Amino acid sequence: MKTSLLTLGVLLAGSVMADTQTNIRSAIEQRFYFQDGLYPKQHDSDLSVFIEPEFYHSWNDGADSVNFKPFFRYDSRDSERTHMDVRELMWLHVGDAWELRAGIGKVFWGQTESQHLVDVINQTDFVEAIDGEEKLGQPMVQFSWVQDWGTLSVFALPYFRERTFSGVEGRFRTPLRVDTDNPLYQSDDEQEHLDWAFRYMGYLGDTEIGLSWFDGTNREPVLLPAMQGDEAVLRPYYGQMQQVGLDMLTVVGATLYKLEAIHRKTDQDNFYALTAGLEHTKVGVFNTAYDIGWLMEYQYDERDELATSLGQNDLMVGTRLVFNDIRGTEILIAYIQDLDDSSGHSGYIEASSRINDNWKWRVDGWFFSADTPSDPAYLLRRDDYVQLSLEYYF
Amino acid sequence: MIRIRSFKPLFSALLSLLLVVQVQAQTAEEKGLAIAKERKQRDLGWQDNQAEASMILRTASRQEIERRMRLLTLEVKDDGDKGLTIFDQPADVKGTAFLNYSHAIEPDEQWMYLPALKRVKRIASKNKSGPFMGSEFAFEDLSSFEVEKFSYKYLRDEQYEGMDCFVIEQQPAYEHSGYTKLITWLDKEHYRAQKVEFYDRKDSLLKTLTMHDYQLYLDKYWRPMKLSMKNHQTRKSTDLITHELQFRTGLSESDFSQAALKRAK
Repeated sequence: MKTSLLTLGVLLAGSVMADTQTNIRSAIEQRFYFQDGLYPKQHDSDLSVFIEPEFYHSWNDGADSVNFKPFFRYDSRDSERTHMDVRELMWLHVGDAWELRAGIGKVFWGQTESQHLVDVINQTDFVEAIDGEEKLGQPMVQFSWVQDWGTLSVFALPYFRERTFSGVEGRFRTPLRVDTDNPLYQSDDEQEHLDWAFRYMGYLGDTEIGLSWFDGTNREPVLLPAMQGDEAVLRPYYGQMQQVGLDMLTVVGATLYKLEAIHRKTDQDNFYALTAGLEHTKVGVFNTAYDIGWLMEYQYDERDELATSLGQNDLMVGTRLVFNDIRGTEILIAYIQDLDDSSGHSGYIEASSRINDNWKWRVDGWFFSADTPSDPAYLLRRDDYVQLSLEYYF
Repeated sequence: MIRIRSFKPLFSALLSLLLVVQVQAQTAEEKGLAIAKERKQRDLGWQDNQAEASMILRTASRQEIERRMRLLTLEVKDDGDKGLTIFDQPADVKGTAFLNYSHAIEPDEQWMYLPALKRVKRIASKNKSGPFMGSEFAFEDLSSFEVEKFSYKYLRDEQYEGMDCFVIEQQPAYEHSGYTKLITWLDKEHYRAQKVEFYDRKDSLLKTLTMHDYQLYLDKYWRPMKLSMKNHQTRKSTDLITHELQFRTGLSESDFSQAALKRAK
């Protein structure tokens, strides 16, 4: 009996797929702004902390699992940036050649680096980061067929998440406050509008192809001037949209060629946009273990000056240096030039390295230049900053 | 009767003489290739395995850091194996997963899953000589042994750690390999690699790999529980230690898809 229990114990311990996992990601972040803000209540510095625990449990021999990932941030300056979110609360069932997901989660679509046109399932958590990479958890039911010819997924999205915007004391804001408490919707169902999306992802030789269709509430609001009592504000207006998207990636030697293209139809617009570029990686440069990657992407938006995105006719060039050391040190530097307006450019730097198994430092910086008031970056012209982060992982 | 009797030993003597001549006629290249084929033949049919492993990375000043991971491997007939690696430590890369379809003389196909972004990123993997996770192992050092990956030359017999070994020179067939040649010590009893010397593009000794604590699985397949790689030029070293290893766990192609990569935990 003892022996068989021991054997059982050994067998269970030997199972490589873990059943229960707990992770924590957390950081303290200090921002310094190089110029005084454009508006009286803004600050020159900002201290903020966040914590994002994650709990995972699987059963049924790994066929069923639940992942829960809440997120909390406190910001010393901007009450709108102090917020919480359920990034993920997702049940996953894996069948023979299919998967079913239900709950709150995040989905990423696309291939390019400088902007993500095709990726429209999740709302941007804009107070988190101005690059738009941080997303709010999206309620969804997702069914995927995983076949030799590719993966076909259908998404039902029963609830809409509003974009977050900086408050009056925050940076990266519009002259008027965005009244996030009073959004406008095209659909009478407002936040309860049921959105649908489909995606196919497959291979054609060395090329990865993604095709997507989205029909529902546009994640990108139009900001409409309005009066809220005595105060002039901007009310976010969320229209309906239909978007078809194509993303492709081809490997040629040490170079990745990437393309994302969309056509979007809204009640106000009907336009094409694309991002196309390449990433070339050279390993073992300067007779060291370093990898160096070169990035170049062109961004086009048919709406031109009316585009709400930053890239209408812009070129991004960047370089990523990977040290391949035990600290995992990496540096990414990028520069974006508006090809219609020589004064319009921006740049960013991201550098990070491990201190030990649980701690890591990170430096992020953004720099903006725009002299043309119609350029969306014009709003950010005094918001150049450097952020130092001390991150804790467990 | 007598004639026949006396004829028989003569015939077999002649035959063995012929055989000796033939063995001598076998070139060093042919003998090297024959040994490589036998090595591969003895390791066919294991199907799949799952492992829990650690990498101990040491700097020249003997600083130590441990990386923990789980490795799922699928044997692919007549091609390189498929592998899925899930990282558990350091904590900041926990949940990051790496999918690799290795190929003998073509570039590997590689994808990295970044859990924070829920994003699968393709890696341009023409160059297999890049380091794996900051270790002294290059990607090409960790992929499966395939006969077509090298051209071979038998050098000599030699004793290594008390074992009778073949010493073979292997020249990579892959044009973007980081090496000009590998010198491999294989024990004659089980055709297991015991030691490998790696020579860089300038043909100077770059690294030495030694295998330790071989264990037998399914009565046929030998696996070293410890791989020790020393870089002579940087004086850094990495040990790859297997804590748990199970064969024929029922993995299939679908466990090595992008969908499987996205749900790796």
